[in-house]
Amino acid sequence: MLEIVIASSIKVIIVVIAVLTGCAYATYMERKLVAHFQHRIGPLYAGPYGLLQPMADAVKLIFKEDIVPDKVERYTYALAPVISFIPAMLIFAVIPFGKDTSVFGYGIKMVLSDLNIAVLFIFAITSLGIYGIILGGWSSGSKYSLMGGLRSSAQMISYEVSYGLSIIGVILIANTLSLRELVNQQASDSIWFFSHWYVWRQPLGFLLYLTCAIAETNRAPFDLPEAESELVGGYHTEYSSMRFSMFFIGEYANMLAVSAVGATLFFGGWQGPFVNTIPLLGIVWFVLKVFLFMFFYIWLRATFPRFRYDQLMNFGWKILLPLALFNTMLTSLLVALKVI
Amino acid sequence: MNLDAVIFIISAIVAVLGASMMIFQRNPVMAVLSFMVSLLAQAVLYIQLDALFLGAVLIIVYAGAVLVLFLFVIMLLNLRTTKELGPSSSLMRHLGKYFLSFLLIMEFVFIIKSSFFKGASLVGVMNMKPEGFGTVTSVATLLFTKYLYPFELTSILILVAIVGAVVMARKDKNIDRPTENKLGKN
Amino acid sequence: MSEYLSVLIFIFAGIGIVLLTFWLSYLIRPSHPYPEKDINYECAELPIGTSWIRFNNHFYIFALIFVIFDVEAVFLFPWAVAFGQLGLYALVEVVVFILILFFGLFYAWKKGVLKWV
Repeated sequence: MLEIVIASSIKVIIVVIAVLTGCAYATYMERKLVAHFQHRIGPLYAGPYGLLQPMADAVKLIFKEDIVPDKVERYTYALAPVISFIPAMLIFAVIPFGKDTSVFGYGIKMVLSDLNIAVLFIFAITSLGIYGIILGGWSSGSKYSLMGGLRSSAQMISYEVSYGLSIIGVILIANTLSLRELVNQQASDSIWFFSHWYVWRQPLGFLLYLTCAIAETNRAPFDLPEAESELVGGYHTEYSSMRFSMFFIGEYANMLAVSAVGATLFFGGWQGPFVNTIPLLGIVWFVLKVFLFMFFYIWLRATFPRFRYDQLMNFGWKILLPLALFNTMLTSLLVALKVI
Repeated sequence: MNLDAVIFIISAIVAVLGASMMIFQRNPVMAVLSFMVSLLAQAVLYIQLDALFLGAVLIIVYAGAVLVLFLFVIMLLNLRTTKELGPSSSLMRHLGKYFLSFLLIMEFVFIIKSSFFKGASLVGVMNMKPEGFGTVTSVATLLFTKYLYPFELTSILILVAIVGAVVMARKDKNIDRPTENKLGKN
Repeated sequence: MSEYLSVLIFIFAGIGIVLLTFWLSYLIRPSHPYPEKDINYECAELPIGTSWIRFNNHFYIFALIFVIFDVEAVFLFPWAVAFGQLGLYALVEVVVFILILFFGLFYAWKKGVLKWV
């Protein structure tokens, strides 16, 4: 038993460090890419090509004064950043990031915990992510925070049902909730290595997933909670120093998480050419796919203006939810008739 | 003592503590949070019993949806300060609540001592699990064969809930309307 | 069960990171509070009235409808997993289930509840 605890502790530490580094460099990537989209250069001075910029940001945030306004509700104010950070990280516990290998005779599963209800786990953890935002907005004692938190939470609950339903199409085909099993089913030995990816059998489901994921993570063009022009900073207006960075890391960890889940469900996870001969290549393919998702996110942010709030709610309830229900029924019919 | 027992004891204590904190907290938002902690601990207990699907559903529906609704209600009614609740309670209320709690505890004692638990120790019950117990597939097979009618009735129940929500929303609109008209006239 | 154990370890690791960074920042950050600094932000003016303002009860209605559809989504997950075994009969059952709920959504829609004011 002790052996298992030690082995999984080591894996946990590696995954946590990898995710935190990923978050840090996601901010760098976003700044650099948006800069280039706008014909600017972006971070440049810290290290070569500004590569040390995330480190500089982290150090700066640690040294900042922690300003707690008088009118906050103390306990919930302190808890909110933590509650928004931990669920975002927790999704990475179930994501397989490579082909199982063995090092020095020890078999290593390239997944932290291979739950057989992994998809339900992700759905559950995603539904907990709302608390950090709603509590942060409510306990700050600022009108901007309250409105930002309310808007954000209403947006998240509006898109959460469609988010869950968009995954059901894949499960209908795969008949499993284990992500490991899902990735294995998308394997293909032929030269058309991408032919078994579920995105081809679930195009509508994938589009729904992508849209809902962007809305769930409060990113542009669904970034109303942080609409700078009207709500200052939204739910984290009154947060500073490390508390603010917890929200910040949480947001980027969420982006990485939905990208990783999307890559696993629809793009075969770590599957790719030559994985069977060189197992470690799986990690490379996986990171590459997550990177493509992130690129798409940033591209959207640099391209589209923000939705208006009533448009956002209408879109969620009157278009996405009926479409998601329709997709579920259509997929089940096609599966039952053995078409896909 | 093995690890399973340690986890069970800790999460059981957390579940009970969270539930009692929910009752004793004067701050409603903290009460909701304590409820959530209790639910998470209960989910751990379900998972230890191999009831994986129930554990996940407990978090998705209760912690992820119903408690959010509670939070919205608390925020809507602005139940922030607890001083407005008035003095805690009178002597008669104290007596009443102790009497009721006593009755409840006695009830539990009678149930536990009754024939229901005789002869079947908890370990025995755990070992009688059928094949595939608690997995999502087995839940689904039962739900869509044996318990089909309750399942379909659930959809009617959900429909009734939707209609209820709609009726409530309509009611509020009627209250708002006079002010809207006034604004229009001005 | 060991799989769930690593999830627990992960949760503790997450809490540990939070505590560590907060403690680190507590050690090195400056702290010079004064009354003006600790006022809530409101465009650099003194805040007017309470910050816990009354808000539109539409948020509540949407939360209510969300709970209802969340329950529905949860019912669909086991169906999707066991679909291969259950076959066409289960399809009919669930289509009836979804159609009833679709009717509910349509009803709420027609009554104007889903319209954001």
